[in-house]
Amino acid sequence: MAYSDKVIDHYTNPRNVGTLDKSSHKVGTGLVGAPECGDVMRLQIQVDDNNVITDAKFKTFGCGSAIASSSLATEWLKGKSIDDAMKIDNMDIVEELALPPVKIHCSVLAEDAIKAAINDFRVKNGLAPIESEKVHH
Amino acid sequence: MNIPIYLDNNATTPMDPRVLEAMLPYFNEKFGNAASRNHPFGWVAEEGVDYAREQVAKLIGATDKEIIFTSGATESDNLAIKGVFEMYKEKGNHIITTVTEHKAVLDACKHVEKLGGKVTYLPVKEDGLVDLAVLEAAMTPETILVSVMYGNNEIGVIQPIKEISAIAHKYGALFMTDAVQAVGKIPVDVNADGIDLLALSAHKIYGPKGVGALYVRRKGPRVKVTAQMDGGGHERGMRSGTLNVPGIVGLGKACELCGLEMESEAKRLSALRDKLEKALTVLEESYVNGNVEHRLPHVANISFKYVEGEGLMMAMKDLAVSSGSACTSASLEPSYVLKSLGLSDDLAHSSIRFGLGRFTTEEEVDYAVAVTLKAVTHLRELSPLWEMFKEGIDLNSIEWAEH
Repeated sequence: MAYSDKVIDHYTNPRNVGTLDKSSHKVGTGLVGAPECGDVMRLQIQVDDNNVITDAKFKTFGCGSAIASSSLATEWLKGKSIDDAMKIDNMDIVEELALPPVKIHCSVLAEDAIKAAINDFRVKNGLAPIESEKVHH
Repeated sequence: MNIPIYLDNNATTPMDPRVLEAMLPYFNEKFGNAASRNHPFGWVAEEGVDYAREQVAKLIGATDKEIIFTSGATESDNLAIKGVFEMYKEKGNHIITTVTEHKAVLDACKHVEKLGGKVTYLPVKEDGLVDLAVLEAAMTPETILVSVMYGNNEIGVIQPIKEISAIAHKYGALFMTDAVQAVGKIPVDVNADGIDLLALSAHKIYGPKGVGALYVRRKGPRVKVTAQMDGGGHERGMRSGTLNVPGIVGLGKACELCGLEMESEAKRLSALRDKLEKALTVLEESYVNGNVEHRLPHVANISFKYVEGEGLMMAMKDLAVSSGSACTSASLEPSYVLKSLGLSDDLAHSSIRFGLGRFTTEEEVDYAVAVTLKAVTHLRELSPLWEMFKEGIDLNSIEWAEH
């Protein structure tokens, strides 16, 4: 199976690889997936006082599409408000990276990681987590 | 050195130019049907087939009349298992095999179960070898066939064939082996090893695709299999269909070359394999899968913990290798062979198989080592699991969300 140019680009030059201080209350961390399933994503966001994401970092254990999906997610998250970040849909990632059907779960995982990071931030700051009722494609 | 480097010789091998040369005349000048008994075109083709039959037989210590040509090892496995079941079902309906067999054996056994047969799928030990006591305990008076592969395609371990066949015979069962990965790579002798049926394939030994053979013992005991295809009664009635003369000639030549070069080639390949393995296991948290003493000379299967196989292969795009990761196959499960060794799913996902071959050079192995070291290091920098490991966090203590 051939990878799209965008997947190869993100895989070869991943954006925003790294770690933020997960003990800071300005940082939300989402850790999703499982080693047994072959992919684990950790996505972190740094949020300012206006609820705008000023920085995002990731580390991913997984295939090229999983790495590209999380790299792309960090790019999209920077500069977005928390509310707008919640609206990122896995199908946007599928479209941007031209992921084939067997790799859609990688985009689902990235969306889950975004939501988990935002909820971690909310809980740390005394807000209730947002329940996702979305049924994934 | 040509990039990409081919290190997937367990999947298939490039054809040896000497094999191609032997085959070429049989496409045009010597195009006859080997079954045409009444003119020279047929005679010439038959002569080519007869010679090839001797070449194949010689490599495995058989006689020419014991070689049935097929379209490949999948067909040979099917013919052996279904054919024995049909032929001997009056005697018993039980077959024993192992969980690490090739799908051609496993699925042929599943088919036998649908026909009312009973099949025992033996587990293997952590090193991939069959436990002889477990085998013996599974034998019943109803057991008609024991089918255990000679060398494993994923991890390269070599089963104790002599001991296994002795147990099968002790209980009056036949012994069959899928020897696709072993024939031509290590000495295989149907008499010394006590083999009654043996499947082999040309394209794993530098011959053409689409041709293989089934060895069927003729003496002590005389083994028979029921044909699985109806037609002209070729191959002593066991496998109908016009013979693939160029392919068969190629298989014969490939066997001859393996017989001549196997000994020196096995030494060369195991030295290269050991070099590769030594250089890669320098990496922290890297593990060789399968028994390292009883194994084929050309295979190394290594798990690089905390990196995922498909992601790793993408970083090794200059190397053609394969992985036990689920992402490389259509299924969501990682390699069933690695899982049978008791490997956790994450280690199975992290495995890479390097399959060296006749045309692999030392320069290529050195390059492969450099590429792999760089790729593993790169991906570990991206891996949250590696970071946790480095921080001393027990990954088993985390509640992972299965998806």
